[in-house]
Amino acid sequence: MTDTLTKTDEPIYKTDALIAEDIDQYLETHQHKTMLRFITCGSVDDGKSTLIGRLLYDSKMIFEDQLEALQSDSKKVGTQGQDIDFALLVDGLAAEREQGITIDVAYRFFNTEKRKFIVADTPGHEQYTRNMVTGASTADLAVILIDARKGVLTQTRRHSYLAHLIGIKNIVLAINKMDLVDYDQAVYDGILKDYTEFANSIGIKAFTPIPISGFKGDNITGPSENTPWYKGPALIEHLETVEVDQVSDQEKPFRMAVQWVNRPNLDFRGFSGQIATGTVRPGDAVRVLPSGKTSTVTRIVTLDGDLDVAVAGQSVTLCFADEVDCSRGDVIAASDNPPQAADQFEATIVWMADEEMLPGRPYWLKIGTQTVTATVQHPKYQVNVNTMEHLAAKTLELNAIGVANLSTDKQIVFEPYEQNRTLGGFILIDKITNATVAAGMLHFSLRRAQNVHWQATDVSRDFHANLKNQKPAVLWFTGLSGAGKSTIANLVEKKLARMNRHTFLLDGDNVRHGLNKDLGFTDADRVENIRRVGEVAKLMTDAGLIVITAFISPFRAERDMVRSMMQPGEFIEVHIDTPLAEAEKRDVKGLYKKARSGELKNFTGIDSPYEAPHDPEIHIDTTGMTAEQAADAIIARLIP
Amino acid sequence: MIDSKRLTHLQRLEAESIHILREVVAEAEKPVMLYSVGKDSAVMLHLARKAFYPSPPPFPLLHVDTTWKFKEMYKLRDRMARESGMELLVYHNPEAQERGINPFDHGALHTDMWKTEGLKQALNLYGFDAAFGGARRDEEKSRAKERIFSFRTASHGWDPKNQRPELWNLYNARKNKGESIRVFPISNWTELDIWQYIHLNDVPIVPLYFADQRPTVERDGMLLMVDDERFPLKEGEEPVMRSIRFRTLGCYPLTGAVESTAKTLPEVIQETLLTTTSERQGRAIDKDAGGAGMEKKKQEGYF
Repeated sequence: MTDTLTKTDEPIYKTDALIAEDIDQYLETHQHKTMLRFITCGSVDDGKSTLIGRLLYDSKMIFEDQLEALQSDSKKVGTQGQDIDFALLVDGLAAEREQGITIDVAYRFFNTEKRKFIVADTPGHEQYTRNMVTGASTADLAVILIDARKGVLTQTRRHSYLAHLIGIKNIVLAINKMDLVDYDQAVYDGILKDYTEFANSIGIKAFTPIPISGFKGDNITGPSENTPWYKGPALIEHLETVEVDQVSDQEKPFRMAVQWVNRPNLDFRGFSGQIATGTVRPGDAVRVLPSGKTSTVTRIVTLDGDLDVAVAGQSVTLCFADEVDCSRGDVIAASDNPPQAADQFEATIVWMADEEMLPGRPYWLKIGTQTVTATVQHPKYQVNVNTMEHLAAKTLELNAIGVANLSTDKQIVFEPYEQNRTLGGFILIDKITNATVAAGMLHFSLRRAQNVHWQATDVSRDFHANLKNQKPAVLWFTGLSGAGKSTIANLVEKKLARMNRHTFLLDGDNVRHGLNKDLGFTDADRVENIRRVGEVAKLMTDAGLIVITAFISPFRAERDMVRSMMQPGEFIEVHIDTPLAEAEKRDVKGLYKKARSGELKNFTGIDSPYEAPHDPEIHIDTTGMTAEQAADAIIARLIP
Repeated sequence: MIDSKRLTHLQRLEAESIHILREVVAEAEKPVMLYSVGKDSAVMLHLARKAFYPSPPPFPLLHVDTTWKFKEMYKLRDRMARESGMELLVYHNPEAQERGINPFDHGALHTDMWKTEGLKQALNLYGFDAAFGGARRDEEKSRAKERIFSFRTASHGWDPKNQRPELWNLYNARKNKGESIRVFPISNWTELDIWQYIHLNDVPIVPLYFADQRPTVERDGMLLMVDDERFPLKEGEEPVMRSIRFRTLGCYPLTGAVESTAKTLPEVIQETLLTTTSERQGRAIDKDAGGAGMEKKKQEGYF
């Protein structure tokens, strides 16, 4: 961003003479252009904005009025005195302009005779791993910029690692600012040697090095006289001819995730989606997953008429010969070579939210058109993106990358990310804020999912319950510390016992002395605490008991998780609703005082949030009734 | 041996747009397509018809009208709604109507009230939770950084610093209470892509994009078309017949024409490729507030 582009009088890409002479011929040629999406990665000083500015300018993507605006902007806020500051053309939002930093992903467009290009401009700034991963996820190719004067830097390694991680196979190493090192081949060779060593070490098999000067235009559009020792292609030449992955995707087995079932009337039923890999023709045998039902494709329907063949990348609608069940989230695949379904995986996870990952917390996981609930375990390790070292980690913070096991609440159809981006790449969504908090790439399913079968026992859960002559249930008390949960829960259990009901009370403090004594009070530990209590409560309902639990359980997501573990109707959420001021006034255990003085950290209601239930089965307002009355009300609801 | 079929750039763009349209229909509760009758809207509508064929697109078209569009636009709008089998909703901001807000007397207020306010009112009135818009990233700098799924607060504001990351083709359409989504299915198309697509697919567009003899007056360096009798002629002004066409369409008193003889699509494309000024230059809206004009408008709720 610190260098500028001199305005050349003659753009190297002149307007095609054909436009003026024979527009029909020109259109005919250009309708058959292919497209390449690429990202540029480099730090603030590598001359990235200048390079992009040059590509746009040389391909006539900068209009006169934009150039005029740019000239006037350059004088106002530019950093280049009277020269044009091309960074201003490439950097977008007002706030960033003032800071002088690109903070997000921006997309630019230009054309040459052979291709249309979409450039994702991603920042080189340390903090923004998330933006680069986002930009790279849709790219066919990455251009890694290096300042020839500085060589391979930490950020070069980071960018290369991320590009490789996201599966970009075409990597261009653009060694820039060659003009500032007198086009010295020795400098170029030295950088190339360093980079090759590094690339091999992280598994990058091939890359294309090109010595360039974005500022002077060397080896951008054609061979430069200044680098007679370089025999490879110029940058544009390479970008125009490199093969995109889409071609190899067509050679893989057929897979299409169903987005939408098209049913305009009783006579038509089509399955719409974008083909992830492979090709499909009428007559092909296909299998619908996860059900495994098979059928034959009869038609590939489009507005422009039926197709004889459709390939990876196209959005189509398929009709089948048989009435098979198939809906959004299912995957249609080649019948003789279908993908697997599983519910436990190892995955690489890139954390993208300010709030750190909570192992054990349920998140939405979206993969293809499937959305399920997933929980992530503690990371096996985190990767230091600067050194590629594996570090121990308890969680993942913003911009952290780690490897962890995860499990989903039902089986998903998948393929390893390496083989299939569509069926292997996923996002995690926070269930409360709805924010996209992570991107992930599935490695493989864990054998455990397939081999650990549920041990079927002869005495069933119904038998247990019938023997006790009662319906199992979980009375899940939630509320602030000091709200009266334990007091009321205790009364409820006493009354139920008197009624010959078989009960068990799980109390927060008691459980923390034994089962959960290894857990503290961080958000992550609170989630795990509740998960364990939920599992224990579930086993007890299997044994036919009425379980009463008294835990603050401050997060909605975890309470909902426990609810989803139980049989329908068996989870009864009881909100013991005492205003914070009232609970603090009572302060039975003296904890609020300690929390206020800072002696006690992460105290619910003080410096840790409490998320009240929206719609609990039972709501107890303790300011309006006694504990005795509350217990009676709860029992009346349980045993009508 | 498997045929290797290389998709063209237009095929890839089309497939991406169709994927986006279908995702929204599958995940949103009540989507709508904002239809402005311009060429970008025309392509977006055509893509929607392709995405859901043989069903008609399963959402209505919404035209937030200012009453000041070109007559030809109203004609095409009604025809396209008929042909696509979609419901057409036309919304007029009642307050703007009552106060007689018009582009001649009220300047920027005209756009604010009819378009920005009108859009918010219409979305609230019908309770749409997702609205398709035909904005492209190549049009303007702040749009280059906007996501395809762009979230708006309950008051329809846009926070450029708080956008969700969009990975692969996985779109997170979950929203919080009161939030709505603007979805831009043709984000990655350029002006040239739009023209080529219209050409290849015979997409119907308003005839004003083609040159013809039309009554015009010249004001403040802009060539304006006298589309109806509401155009107040200043003293000494006399409409002159000129061969003109429009590169972009909006309210007729705010939209500058260019002199042209391009009567066919290839000629229009030819002219577009040979010109040296950018497309939105014909519109007055971008000029206020300097370089960040559109970004400010969007934070206020302009589409």
